[in-house]
Amino acid sequence: MKSFAKASLIAAALSLPLSISSAQAEEKKDFKVCWSIYVGWMPWGYLQDSGIMKKWADKYGIDVEIVQINDYVESINQYTAGEYDGCSMTNMDALSIPAGGGVDTTALIVGDYSNGNDGIILKDKTDLAEIKGQSVNLVELSVSHYLLARALDTVGLSEKDLTVINTSDADMIAAYATADVTSVVTWNPLLSEIEAQPNATKVFDSAGIPGEIIDIMMVNTETLADNPDFGKALVGAWYELMSIMSSDTDAGIAARTAMAEASGTDLAGYDAQLATTKMFYTPAEAVEFSKAAELPATMKFVAEFLYDKGILGEGAPSPEFVGVSFPDGSIYGDANNVKLRFDPSYMQMAADGAL
Amino acid sequence: MRIINRKPSRVTALALGALPFVATIIVYSVASHYRRLENPADKLLPSLESMGAAFWRMAAIPDRRSGDLLLWVDTIDSLWRLGTGMAVSTVMALSLGIAIGFIPHVRSALAPYLATFSLIPPITILPILFITFGLGEVAKIALIVIGTAPVMIRSTAQAVLDIPREMIIKAETLGATVWQMITRLVLPQVLPKLITALRLGLVPAWIFLISAEAIASTTGLGYRIFLVRRYLAMDVILPYVLWITLLAFLLDRLLLLLSRRAFRWHHAGGDAL
Repeated sequence: MKSFAKASLIAAALSLPLSISSAQAEEKKDFKVCWSIYVGWMPWGYLQDSGIMKKWADKYGIDVEIVQINDYVESINQYTAGEYDGCSMTNMDALSIPAGGGVDTTALIVGDYSNGNDGIILKDKTDLAEIKGQSVNLVELSVSHYLLARALDTVGLSEKDLTVINTSDADMIAAYATADVTSVVTWNPLLSEIEAQPNATKVFDSAGIPGEIIDIMMVNTETLADNPDFGKALVGAWYELMSIMSSDTDAGIAARTAMAEASGTDLAGYDAQLATTKMFYTPAEAVEFSKAAELPATMKFVAEFLYDKGILGEGAPSPEFVGVSFPDGSIYGDANNVKLRFDPSYMQMAADGAL
Repeated sequence: MRIINRKPSRVTALALGALPFVATIIVYSVASHYRRLENPADKLLPSLESMGAAFWRMAAIPDRRSGDLLLWVDTIDSLWRLGTGMAVSTVMALSLGIAIGFIPHVRSALAPYLATFSLIPPITILPILFITFGLGEVAKIALIVIGTAPVMIRSTAQAVLDIPREMIIKAETLGATVWQMITRLVLPQVLPKLITALRLGLVPAWIFLISAEAIASTTGLGYRIFLVRRYLAMDVILPYVLWITLLAFLLDRLLLLLSRRAFRWHHAGGDAL
């Protein structure tokens, strides 16, 4: 009997915290959002450190904690599991992980899109079409994979024409150094590191598909609906910092320098990364982007890619399995299963100076 | 009667053995049920049915992309890597173990080196393995060998050292050559212990197999787990974990059976776990 008692105790101890969800709809005062290292997300760390976040949270009488998580996918998983009220992620991962997992998610702050930050590098070759027949090392099912699929479209190839080798991003630079690796798809800062090798040529990058790899602060829709102050505080703090960091004042340079150091580079290195990132420094730009006609088309591409790779939720019968709603009220996919919402109303408030 | 003297009947023993498993399944089902009440598409604790469906899909329905039955492709590739690695380790354990255990000069030359080498955490030299052997099969198998061989060699050498000195002296007095002593005296004594070493070596071997596949791969059980981890597909991960456990368990039992059949005398002294 002892082993039974012990086993059930352990099992209960292990599963109890999982069964108590934090995504309950209720008014609350304490919020947690998470982010991971990426050029367009470094402001989140600075918001916490500089006290700008606290200032805005105090204004609305709430408390917001911004937590850095070392592993990107892990941060999304934590958000999906209900540990965080918001998390920075790309539109593609938002659709596949939280939305595909039934967690209703709203794109609160559309921060930027990759405009050259993700790229395909060939060794000793200079033309994208020469990728045919090669083994390509990349983080499978990530935006790198998506970029590859979109790039292959442009030269009339498909994934059948090559072999994709799933390679951890942590090992990408070492992998490139080995003889049997001839092409990689990766993102910055790894991309520029590999591109600096003498035999490396970048044959395609995300500037070729502008506006498709979007970096967004995603928040739980229910939490946001019950606590609009949470959304207002985040958006207010974000755009205050955006106007600071986009300026060439001392404060702007100090902010960018701090973000550069936090991401392991220097001001010049960080500015170079910003140059391949289309930051939406003003809320008006972000609102305009969210309302643009291209966004639904992009999400359709993304949904089809995810469906094609079998990522879009288990037993997803079609790419339209998860619904995505857009600012004009239109919906891509299943209208009865809308789990991802592009809602620029909070960014609009910032643009109107109403925060 | 005191509790230590009361033995369960065969049926009771079976039921007792099954209890922790059943309890785990029940606790899991309850937790999963309550989580899914809130969000039916919850990815963290999928229902048993959806895990069963995912397992069935992996095992019996060709993949949309490649047309392969993923579970079997993954299983065969992983077992091939594991088998090759363990075969190399076993051969090394047998040859080097006997040499170290039986020949003092070899022992002096290799034992300290081996003892040091076996302390290197294999994962830490993985980047070196990549550069040396590339990202292909060789690096993965090498990782398994490096992770298991040193310990297996040491335990085999120890098994040789444990052979009673009297037996060796007796063989020498009877005029046996070194080769005869190795084949007729040492080998039969060491083989059952080699199987034990192999069974113990399989535990870290699985860990290294999964780690190697997680880093750069196109197939394999570890590859699949780390791939679907990207979208929190616990309904694939959990059945895969169970499947790996089952495979490991079967391998272990098969080796035990082999040992019992081939070296009946070695197991005469009583049963072990």
